[in-house]
Amino acid sequence: MKWDISKIKEWKYYEHPQASTILDAGNAENYETGGWRSQRPVRNTEKCTQCLICYIYCPDSSIMVEKEEVVGFDLKHCKGCGICAEECPKDAITMVSEADLAKEGE
Amino acid sequence: MAKTVALTGNSACAYAMRQIDPDVVAAYPITPQTAIVEDFATFVANGNVDTEYVTVESEHSAMSACIGAAAAGARVMTATSSQGLALMWEMLYIAASLRLPIVMHNVNRALSGPINIHCDHSDSMGARDSGWIQIFSENAQEAYDNTVQAVRIAEAAQVRLPVMVLLDGFIISHAIDRIELLDDEVAKHFVGEFKPVYPLLDVRNPVSWGPFDGLHGYYFEHKRMQEEAMKRAKGVIAKVADDYAKISGRSYQFFETYRLDDAQFAVIVLGSTAGTARVVVDRLRESGVPAGMLKLRVFRPFPAAELIDVLKHLKAVAVLDRSEPAGGLGGPVFTEVRSAMYYLDQSPLIANYIYGLGGRDVGMFDIMKVYSDLHDFVEKGTVEKVINFLGAKE
Repeated sequence: MKWDISKIKEWKYYEHPQASTILDAGNAENYETGGWRSQRPVRNTEKCTQCLICYIYCPDSSIMVEKEEVVGFDLKHCKGCGICAEECPKDAITMVSEADLAKEGE
Repeated sequence: MAKTVALTGNSACAYAMRQIDPDVVAAYPITPQTAIVEDFATFVANGNVDTEYVTVESEHSAMSACIGAAAAGARVMTATSSQGLALMWEMLYIAASLRLPIVMHNVNRALSGPINIHCDHSDSMGARDSGWIQIFSENAQEAYDNTVQAVRIAEAAQVRLPVMVLLDGFIISHAIDRIELLDDEVAKHFVGEFKPVYPLLDVRNPVSWGPFDGLHGYYFEHKRMQEEAMKRAKGVIAKVADDYAKISGRSYQFFETYRLDDAQFAVIVLGSTAGTARVVVDRLRESGVPAGMLKLRVFRPFPAAELIDVLKHLKAVAVLDRSEPAGGLGGPVFTEVRSAMYYLDQSPLIANYIYGLGGRDVGMFDIMKVYSDLHDFVEKGTVEKVINFLGAKE
């Protein structure tokens, strides 16, 4: 079921579904929490052994995995908690400050 | 063929529950409600109903389980009192805001402390802002009739709000009264089949219930919708009562008046005390006092317009509250009635009598004193003491 909430800011009060029910499954994916980050994970592909422990521990399902291999981080949802870096048995992940990255970009 | 039996208020409620045969009952015992869920448990054990009976560890769990079941798509009922109602307080708000048509008996019992198991209305009055529809019963017959009607009221598409059916602890719940029961088939047909809204068990149409609605959310809009549903409930309560009159021969309105049309003094009362008040009215009328009384049945939504219409001709009104003002301008019923009277150009004198707290008995002579006070107020042209305590040892 695709629930169109693109105009939700304009809905009159009675246009909302009854009881604040969300008429969709899994649409939390559309809510981007990446903007909350103050540091982001960076993976050293040489050190990474593809054990997938970071994927298991990530509380936001933000480790992107394809064919049982880590391919990247979902920066739209990663909140920068650093649990992946903490849990990685090979220290293959480091947390880099967003402020520093932003400065570099300038 | 309707049959007439002798049942306690609690048994009458359980009997109605048996006829309704809800999908789920999750309940916890508490005096003076226990017999409702206990009787019902017997029906479950004997196979008289198909209900899934969930024995939980507290009233908070009871309401939580009821909410879960109702959201899943089940017709749900339960019962509680006093501390039990207080314990499930946060869940009451959830049940109402999730617009779940749960029907619950609350057998009115005083809230502790001190610990008291007897009748007063402080428990349900404490929950008057929870968003539940509240319907008071004067006796076992009304408790039974209100239960059957409550299911239809709660489940009406334009309402979808939980309903609390209230009956006085011990006075109604434990006293055996003569009541007329509907036939099983008639009752079952009246409540009809349950139609769930966005049931969780419908996995082809997945939904999420009870999400976080803060930050840039729409909490205010959802609450607004809830308030509209409460407004629409008034019309539905009246319609359901009309339909119920057709199958039972008993009519119900938002309130019941007794010798009020030509009265000058009246008392407004909820629950079993109405019976005593009626006797007092008759006695006073015999001595030529133009007394009348009004028994309020629906407290939430509060029928202000209808009430002031029948009260406006009176010289003085006393509102009897069976729960304390707690620092407010009077008991809950008084503050609502007086607020409603603000709409009138000329309103009767109005006074508040707090009575019967902790089950303190209120008798004919107490109520006669109230009418005598009303007479004095009218003579003097003013209400000397707005809030009075009737029956406390002062």
